[in-house]
Amino acid sequence: MLEGILIGLSAALSIQNLLMVIAGCLIGTFIGMLPGLGPMSIIAIMIPVAITLGDPAAALILLAGVYYGAIFGGSTSSILLNAPGVAGTVASSFDGYPMARSGQAGKALTIAAVSSFAGGTIGAILLMIFAPALSSVALLFHSAEYFALMVVGLSAIAAFAGTGQVFKALMMTILGLILATVGEGALFNMPRFTMGLMDLQSGISFITLAMAMFALPEALFLVLNPAGSAQGSGGTNKISGLRFSRAEGRAMTPVIGRQSVQGFFIGVLPGAGATIASFLGYAVERNLANKDEQAQFGKGSVKGLAAPECANNAACTGSFVPLLTLGIPGSGTTAILLGALIALNVTPGPRLMTDTPEIFWAVIISMFIGNLVLLVLNLPLIPYIAKILSIPRNFLIPFILFFTLMGAYIGQNNATELLMLVGLGVIATIFRFADYPLAPLLIGFILGTMLEDNFARSMQLYRGVGFILERPMTLGLLVLALALVLLPSYRARRARKRAEGVADGD
Amino acid sequence: MALDRWIALVFVVFCLVYGYAAFFTMDQLLPPFMQRNPVWPSSFPKILSVVGVIVGLVVLTGLEKPEKDAAPSADKINYRRLHEYNLGQALLLLGLMVLYALMLRTAGFLLATTVFLVAGSVILGERKWHIMLPVAILATGAVWYLVQEVLGIFLRPFPFFMGT
Repeated sequence: MLEGILIGLSAALSIQNLLMVIAGCLIGTFIGMLPGLGPMSIIAIMIPVAITLGDPAAALILLAGVYYGAIFGGSTSSILLNAPGVAGTVASSFDGYPMARSGQAGKALTIAAVSSFAGGTIGAILLMIFAPALSSVALLFHSAEYFALMVVGLSAIAAFAGTGQVFKALMMTILGLILATVGEGALFNMPRFTMGLMDLQSGISFITLAMAMFALPEALFLVLNPAGSAQGSGGTNKISGLRFSRAEGRAMTPVIGRQSVQGFFIGVLPGAGATIASFLGYAVERNLANKDEQAQFGKGSVKGLAAPECANNAACTGSFVPLLTLGIPGSGTTAILLGALIALNVTPGPRLMTDTPEIFWAVIISMFIGNLVLLVLNLPLIPYIAKILSIPRNFLIPFILFFTLMGAYIGQNNATELLMLVGLGVIATIFRFADYPLAPLLIGFILGTMLEDNFARSMQLYRGVGFILERPMTLGLLVLALALVLLPSYRARRARKRAEGVADGD
Repeated sequence: MALDRWIALVFVVFCLVYGYAAFFTMDQLLPPFMQRNPVWPSSFPKILSVVGVIVGLVVLTGLEKPEKDAAPSADKINYRRLHEYNLGQALLLLGLMVLYALMLRTAGFLLATTVFLVAGSVILGERKWHIMLPVAILATGAVWYLVQEVLGIFLRPFPFFMGT
């Protein structure tokens, strides 16, 4: 491991990669602050740039920097304006905004930055410990287990979608898988479902799909409903007094310790990410606090701000574990990262660590650097960066749309791609209106090819579907997948029956 | 019927069409040597279409009860309030994007993009020409320089009649 760390250090500390981290963090913070633009859109927009860099390590470092920069930026707008830019930072506004309102905006930002830093750093240490262990286990997997594991991942993402949403999420996953079958696959060498269109021959481009699913609907929503992206309620402009007291630091320390670990493990689970981690972290800390402190929650409690900030950063780091060790993304954001890696001819998975250790370790080391950049560089710059929040939307929205178009165009150099982008974007907007989650669609799309690959390979090895029965682990995983999908609706049904006063029989 | 169930209906129909294509149109084209394989190009799509129809029907019939809705809040987007939104602006912007896609090659990147950025702002109600024009021209130039020179991707800068 020490050797790996050294390789990572030497790769991550090159001038180019250091610049990538800094640029990524700054861009991420910058855009993450804009209410309504989530990390997924930002990363989707940045992908063409990352891919043209040509160096997978640099690309991943840049995108990862953008990712935690966006989370950090999101918490800034949560605290200053009560207008979270990112879903994962909604919980930060519960206590951060009241604190800013009472004239302690600077302190709130520092607490957020310090807890983010601690959460991210502890998360990265845990990642260093767990990823190698997990990938040595994953090396034992065959294609049959991979197939089953991907099914489990996809089901888990649906299962975490929330009450009443499981089957909708599943529907989106299947739509993503179906879209992935369009075009000429490497497996069979024959075009499928192209409807005779030349432009579909090479399949649907994942960048186009990612833009259409996330960036475009978000921009359209900004246009449709200015109230939803309102510039918050009376922002605080004066940011001063960045320090917090020693007593407050002491109160924060156990919170940070607990929440970075908890957040990290929530992040590892597919489907659960920064959002769930931050809400859960907030709730747990409120329950653990004593009576006096509990009364403070919601009114500007130090603990109430530190908990979600720490948890969401740790969860972001945790979500890299399944990506780097299994090659299975657990969230929309990591799915986009996976797509970028595949475009760069790197297949993440257990072999990543042994085949290209410099990528693996450079990314992890760059996480430490990224967190440091956010703390040292961004914190003093926040008052200036916050000015971006006052750019009028009349200028902002055309630029967002333009960057979306550019992203799709640069990838393919094909104007038809732009028409597809608009078409898919309209469909995605309708899905959003009907409350369908879109991340499962993209994850399904990206995993689709791999899923079919592994399925076909195990079918060929075992001459049929016998592999499901012959490999106990495959069977077990598939049963787990089924249980994950069916359990939420079973529990909801039982709860409803109980509410209606019908005996359930248990 | 609510919008989400209409979508589920469309999805089921889509899966049926997809399934039809997978079950009945793909296997005839298969060369004989591939027919001995246990897995065909159509195998995975067949599974997907069947699972898709089942899942779509579950959503369509509402077997899985949604959570009791809270009153639609003002700032959460909701299609039932669509008429209160700036639908016209959104549609115009979409039209503008289509136009941009069609014009990019013929008009050249610099012209098309400048027009796009200015027109986008105008659609959103901006009338400060003295800010809009310089910002758009500057941004277009900067992006073109970045893409062409730094990333090394060719973008035809000028209209078609002015050479490559």
